[in-house]
Amino acid sequence: MIETYLRERPYLIVDGAMGTMLFAAGLEHGDPPELWNVDQPERVAEVHRGYLEVGAQILLTNTFGGNRYRLMLHGLECRVRELNLAAARLLRQVVESGPHQALVAGDIGPSGQVLEPYGELSFEEAREAFAEQAAALIAGGVDLLWVETMSDLNEVRAAVEGIRQVSRDIPLVTTMTFDTRGRTMMGVTPEQAIEKLGSFGAVAAGGNCGNGPEEIIAVVEKMHALAPEAILVAKANAGIPELVSGRPVYRATPEMMADYAVAAYQAGARVIGACCGSTPAHIQAIAEALAARVMA
Amino acid sequence: MSGEIDVTQLQTPELLELIQDDLYDGLAAEVVASVKELLVRGMSPYDVLTKGLVAGMEVVGVDFRDGILFVPEVLMAAKAMKGGMELLRPLLAETGAPQIGTMVIGTVKGDIHDIGKNLVAMMMEGAGFTVVNLGINVDAEKFLNAIYEHKPQILGMSALLTTTMPYMAVVIAALKEKGLRDQIIVLVGGAPLNEAFAEEIGADAYCRDAAVAVETAKKLLAIKRGQMA
Repeated sequence: MIETYLRERPYLIVDGAMGTMLFAAGLEHGDPPELWNVDQPERVAEVHRGYLEVGAQILLTNTFGGNRYRLMLHGLECRVRELNLAAARLLRQVVESGPHQALVAGDIGPSGQVLEPYGELSFEEAREAFAEQAAALIAGGVDLLWVETMSDLNEVRAAVEGIRQVSRDIPLVTTMTFDTRGRTMMGVTPEQAIEKLGSFGAVAAGGNCGNGPEEIIAVVEKMHALAPEAILVAKANAGIPELVSGRPVYRATPEMMADYAVAAYQAGARVIGACCGSTPAHIQAIAEALAARVMA
Repeated sequence: MSGEIDVTQLQTPELLELIQDDLYDGLAAEVVASVKELLVRGMSPYDVLTKGLVAGMEVVGVDFRDGILFVPEVLMAAKAMKGGMELLRPLLAETGAPQIGTMVIGTVKGDIHDIGKNLVAMMMEGAGFTVVNLGINVDAEKFLNAIYEHKPQILGMSALLTTTMPYMAVVIAALKEKGLRDQIIVLVGGAPLNEAFAEEIGADAYCRDAAVAVETAKKLLAIKRGQMA
């Protein structure tokens, strides 16, 4: 599906931050964004529409923390299916009434736990949790699943196996966060990641989140050098937040993110978007810059 | 490898070195065996702790700080340390060994991230501190109650979200209000923080990672104890 799209065009644009936008729309700090899929669906839809309208071709459901271990921290672990199903249906609806075609990606974030042997969560427990979330997203009509912000390859494998338990053929994208001296928190290098993620059957793989655009460009370069055929994803934060009189401010302007997007493309990324701190204005700048400088 | 070593055949200095190597490699059973052997030889629990476990974790901390080790290795080392500590803890209490210090730590209200905070807790335990880990989503009242109950020298607060880090200032204000601020060293950490933020909210220090947290805690505690002496 992503491969087919990329045969017709040089790149695909992914959306930007969901959490940042929902907090701006009044989500209380500490509350799970996933709850708004049911409680404030119109506000979630509004964020999706914002990204769709400026040219995003892949949109992610509001389900980053929608696994039972993350929801458990809010006493919502019994609502995994309901919240993920609602999120997928909501985004499907937005895309179907939108101005252009776009893919609906079911967002799957980390469990928030450390897997054995380093932590307490067993591989099987993680796999079951991801299977549960994936099943609900698929039932809600997503086109593909998007496993992101991972730091442990074993947890990615648990997610992939969980997904394959409920669907043999849904396309899969996986990205990790390389925010610790060029590696993930758990010490995974971009080279190790691209090798493994490819072997897990991901149609596209790469980096997301972290300490801003420069970091991701370096990750993409390393992955591209090792796996020139792989479809690479870059989804950087809008810089590192700085505090201005107690309030966090992301410093990367839309123009800076536009430069990042072109650099990411030149480094080998073909699926390009943004993460924390970004807004539709950033994605619009990315879309315009890629159209002007890559398509030209 | 060390599974094949007969610890009873080693000289005591070699055994202390072995503990450090086994901690580095995260070999819990081997660490426990060496701790047992040192106790059998009559070494004081406090010496086993400081010359064996704490010295070993210091090497782990330095290599983590310098980017040679990553989180998985540190977690395995901390687990191995824990095995040794379980043997030593009751003996330390019995023998009235000097206390290195106590820390109360938690992730602040609204924030549910705990991996980094737990890493700090483990490394502080590795340095011989008693750690009271309050978990995630901790409000000011819970911090205060724990401070009254455990009388720590150090308070650690963690936040991974830009939206929750300002709550650290709320806790510090509560400490001031209760007249506790001057009695306690406040360390803060978490991905979105920096030194300027720590200064702005009136914390004693920002700690970039778990190894820095341990170094800072030890340094500030020594300064504080020096002032009191």
